[in-house]
Amino acid sequence: MSEKQNLPPTPEPDPGTGRSEGAALPQPLAEQAAEVVAVRRGMFGGNGQDTSGYGRLVRRIEFPGQSPRPYGGYFDEVENELFGALEERDLAPERAIEKVVVHRGQLTFHVRREHLVAVARTLRDDAALRFELCLGVCGVHLPEETGRELQILVPLLSITHNRRVQLAASCPDADPHLPSLTGVYPATDWHERETWDMFGIVFDGHPALTRILMPDDWPGHPQRKDYPLGGIPVEFKGAQIPAPDQRRSYR
Amino acid sequence: MSLTVKSDPSAQAAGDDVTEQPQQQQTAGAGGDPYAAAGSVGSEEGTEAVYTLAGGDWDEIAREIAAGEGESPEERIVVNMGPQHPSTHGVLRLVVETEGETVTEVRCGIGFLHTGIEKNLEFRNWTQGVTFVTRMDYTTPFYQEVAYCLAVEKLLDIEDQVPERANVIRVLLMELNRIASHMVCIATGGMEMGALSAMIFGFRERELILDIFEMITGLRMNHAYVRPGGVAQDLPPGAVDKIREFLALMPTRMRDIEALCNENPIFKGRTEGIGFLDLTGCMALGITGPVLRATGLPHDLRKTQPYCGYENYDFDVVTWDSCDCYGRYRIRMDEVRQSLRIVEQCLDRLKPGPVMIEDRKIAWPAQLALGGDGMGNSLDHIRHIMGESMEALIHHFKLVTEGFRVPPGQVYVGIESPKGELGCHAVSDGGTRPYRVHFRDPSFNNLQAVSTMSEGGMIADLIVAVASIDPVMGGVDR
Repeated sequence: MSEKQNLPPTPEPDPGTGRSEGAALPQPLAEQAAEVVAVRRGMFGGNGQDTSGYGRLVRRIEFPGQSPRPYGGYFDEVENELFGALEERDLAPERAIEKVVVHRGQLTFHVRREHLVAVARTLRDDAALRFELCLGVCGVHLPEETGRELQILVPLLSITHNRRVQLAASCPDADPHLPSLTGVYPATDWHERETWDMFGIVFDGHPALTRILMPDDWPGHPQRKDYPLGGIPVEFKGAQIPAPDQRRSYR
Repeated sequence: MSLTVKSDPSAQAAGDDVTEQPQQQQTAGAGGDPYAAAGSVGSEEGTEAVYTLAGGDWDEIAREIAAGEGESPEERIVVNMGPQHPSTHGVLRLVVETEGETVTEVRCGIGFLHTGIEKNLEFRNWTQGVTFVTRMDYTTPFYQEVAYCLAVEKLLDIEDQVPERANVIRVLLMELNRIASHMVCIATGGMEMGALSAMIFGFRERELILDIFEMITGLRMNHAYVRPGGVAQDLPPGAVDKIREFLALMPTRMRDIEALCNENPIFKGRTEGIGFLDLTGCMALGITGPVLRATGLPHDLRKTQPYCGYENYDFDVVTWDSCDCYGRYRIRMDEVRQSLRIVEQCLDRLKPGPVMIEDRKIAWPAQLALGGDGMGNSLDHIRHIMGESMEALIHHFKLVTEGFRVPPGQVYVGIESPKGELGCHAVSDGGTRPYRVHFRDPSFNNLQAVSTMSEGGMIADLIVAVASIDPVMGGVDR
């Protein structure tokens, strides 16, 4: 396809389905840098059954990138305290933290995976931060984002200061390893097992990384995007009904 | 299965063994039947013993017995409790290692009710997602619905546009749901320790609430009533009166349960000091909800990080300081009282108005009228799209076939469910379907505390400890 050179600068809202006129609905990320995580073509998923004439549409999937300072609220304070505390521990913040994203009123630190444990420990132990509660590990599979296909989001809650932050980390599909947070937050034990089960991310240092929801001998990791959603082949007068993820469907 | 081991470590017996060993092997070899070996060994009276063991690591057990070390092998039993067991709260499997009646090690096996809800969500549009999430923890359907809708609304950045009346109805239903969930907890928990009257009372009271739910949403459970942007329908006529009747009745019913349990010596004997988990343990294991509040920490997201307008309601966060199952029971009972208070305030706050966001694209298909055939439909809308406006028909077609789009990004929303913090992590790629939705179910996390709560206690106390966590496997396994 030749559209690669002249990608539209911002995602064009689809005329038929875009946001309604005039409502205060999300704008294209203004000053916040956007990161392209995927490029989609055409209007339909499925396997090339698109006869609609929309096959040449190009849509870029952009996730919010590094946010400009100040972030507002307690976010600036948390960032300053975290960066200060990391420096005290001889870890340069710019080495540990890839980017800081504020999106929809939530603060996310994107951490390089080798420093994930150190950052989590700092967030937990520093008196000005005190994020005592770890609320789990949520995995995401973005197969089109080369080099960081597998991502996790770790929401933290500070009861002392009544604040929330999230840690995000990623690893490539070819080397699906992330450090385990069980040493800092024992609560992540089952959550990491679930993420391993569903995405195949190996948490190094986890005491017993086994499947938790699927049977022990299950092949594959069901929540990955390349894992098909099951579908019982139903035949009706010779026609095959494809599984839900194989069907022609709107994007 | 039986395992044959040398039992007598004395030198004399060991000497006998050496001489007898070749003979034994000969017998087994001559018979040609490997299973006959045990019988032939049994004939050697006094030198061999047959132990019947089950579970555990065979090699380890055999080595320990052979070396004569460790605890007496007859006393060590590995019990597989569940997954189909009336007192393990659904399909929860507990692998319990016991020494006599004492639990030395517990491990939970979960996943028997895994239905792939999160995966299925990715193949339906955003509005249809509600129908899936409501089925996760089937005793708290409204909480999943609200958490999911709050996450979608956050991604859409339309939280401020959700009408006031919709928020009041959400709070109203959530608090009624909290009562129902706590009633199930007390009912099943009571049943598991033999208090069958508590079960009868608990389920009877829950039924009152399910009747209200049925009147409002049409279904007793799995409502799919809360939708991104508001709720699907306004309250039907008569609903407020029915809730008021319930509010008048419930306190007397509460007194029944409390009179039965609160000072009951058997009940207290079974729960006091049982399932101990202090604040440090709760923090380390990420425990929230009544288990955390039973340590005396008044942590409640409704107070600290209000959503759906909880800041406008007057209620107390109930705590107890005993860190045990009895405290958790008392907290649940007192929380029911607080919920009744909130429900009453909800009824006073209900003002006429819309229950769905103005944006018709997100709102569809809410507020359908009931057609003559009993199906949801809207004749006005049909007349509009079929007879008046071609554009409306196109929009209708696009909305029905693909749904609305949600801008790319990811959010995490946590709300206070009856069991603890229920989190919804939603990721959108800008499409009409969720890219990924993950639920942080409180029971899933809290079940991690079973070992800490019950190791060193009795088997009977293990059941009580599990009941005090109130896990619902539909939510745990999703």
